Amino acid sequence: MSINPMVSVQHISKSFGKQSVLHDISLTIKKGEIFGLLGPSGSGKTTLVKILIGLDSSDTGSVSVLDNKMPNLKVMEKIGYMAQADALYQELTAMENLDFFATLYGIKGKKKKEQIEASASLVNLTNDLNKPVSKFSGGMKRRLSICIALLNEPDLLILDEPTVGIDPVLRKSIWKTFEQLKAKGTSIIVTTHVMDEAEKCDTLGMIRGGQLIAVDTPQNLKEACHASTMEEAFLYYGGKSYEN
Amino acid sequence: MRIKAIIIRILKQFYRDKRTVAMMIIAPIFVLTLLNFIFGSTASSPKVGVVQTPEQITAKLKENDVEIYPYRTVSQAKKDIADKKIDGYLSFENKIPAMLLEGSDPAVTKATITLIKDSIAAESTLKPTIEFLYGSEDMSQFDAIGPVLLGFFAFFFVFLVGGVAFLRERTSGTLERLLSSPIRRWEIVIGYVIGFGIFTMVQSIIIVLYSVYVLDLIQIGSILYVILITLLLSLTALTLGMLLSSYAKNELQMFQFIPIIVVPQVFFSGLFNLDAISSTVSWLSAITPLYYAGDALKNVMIRGLGIEDIYIPLILLSSFSLVFILCNILSLKSYRKI
Repeated sequence: MSINPMVSVQHISKSFGKQSVLHDISLTIKKGEIFGLLGPSGSGKTTLVKILIGLDSSDTGSVSVLDNKMPNLKVMEKIGYMAQADALYQELTAMENLDFFATLYGIKGKKKKEQIEASASLVNLTNDLNKPVSKFSGGMKRRLSICIALLNEPDLLILDEPTVGIDPVLRKSIWKTFEQLKAKGTSIIVTTHVMDEAEKCDTLGMIRGGQLIAVDTPQNLKEACHASTMEEAFLYYGGKSYEN
Repeated sequence: MRIKAIIIRILKQFYRDKRTVAMMIIAPIFVLTLLNFIFGSTASSPKVGVVQTPEQITAKLKENDVEIYPYRTVSQAKKDIADKKIDGYLSFENKIPAMLLEGSDPAVTKATITLIKDSIAAESTLKPTIEFLYGSEDMSQFDAIGPVLLGFFAFFFVFLVGGVAFLRERTSGTLERLLSSPIRRWEIVIGYVIGFGIFTMVQSIIIVLYSVYVLDLIQIGSILYVILITLLLSLTALTLGMLLSSYAKNELQMFQFIPIIVVPQVFFSGLFNLDAISSTVSWLSAITPLYYAGDALKNVMIRGLGIEDIYIPLILLSSFSLVFILCNILSLKSYRKI
């Protein structure tokens, strides 16, 4: 058993030119935990997530995943990532997309076939695998993107706004999938701006204007400020800086 | 393994995108065919009016393939020049030979003057026998420019399609997605080079075979060298297109590189006489891939030379590609440090 955290973020700051996007963010994410990043668009969620995976670098501070400083190619093999935009090859079929990405992660042969089948059934795409992605609806593309992120049976799954445009029934089943993965020890980082989704996370980080304004379990966050909904709590923590 | 995945993916995308494939193969064939019709015929015979010209000179003109239009007076001939019925006239009023030419097209003017001069030169003057080190008397204009055009179209279409393909990879987010996987930066670039390389090889072979066997383009040397040169040139075009795609935000901006990057190369490609280019800009030829490819193509196709005469341009073309490949790998650093 490991006591070491899955992800450790130490004092990272990032600015694009003069505009500060992230300001001194530190957090740790445990093994087998669903960590939600809640914040409005433009708050720096995507930048933070990109720094975690190594697609962007911070100006100061450090990120380590599985005890390795990022970016690290060996560790990237164990991370599943789904970007905010559906990064799919439109001309190819869903199957061909899956096959391509599986190969990039070094999955081959029989294992590849099994993984593709297992991931596709999790997101309910088994019957649409031979359609070209250009014929997919927005929701199907999202599901395919999640499916790709699951291919390498990641230890850490990072999903940037995964359930945008997905119908409630499917959203529920996707969250059920997250719970199953969590039970197997996978850590999941989910960014969202949907308040009720945030309540399903084990730990919630509220982010606003590039600052991490609160980190705790959803329950504690609400109780500490006597809020009945997550929205009230967010307003409470986010508003603090405007008071005095 | 990962490189192979990228290669297969690129080839599959080509297979699905038939229109692009058609553009890369049919468009060059179409344009080359048109150019063959335009430049292929050996220059048409000039139409010359004759006024009071001695019989033996008229006969000589006819022998030289000049179309003869007899006139009684100079003013009638002059009117027909103005009406564009004839290209010029030759008169012998008062036994003094004189010519009047339409004069708006230098090529026609030159051809007409040469033929007329040849014809009135006295039989007795020493006539040299004419032989050719390379080429021949019936080489058409198309034969002279065809080899360079072959290279140009390979360059142009691969530059555009390769550049846009890589640009799409950037704008659609798939490049970022690729770099979030454990793939190495050089594996992406090499995958692209080989994937497109396979396709451009097929493209080169089809276009070269068509030009030589259907359009009957002059081809003295080995056809394998011709394919090798166009392939190396295509790779330069691909790697340059990929590199420049990082400076374009969308397809339109990619097309904006055409007048800056592609068109100037035409001037140095050998289509125009390089000795005539002002020295202010002539040094640019040393940094234009098309200049080396055009040179090598002419050497093989027209002069029939072999590897010992074209290895320097081949090495230079490969160096261009190599430098662009390295720049591409470095430029991907802006996405991911390692």
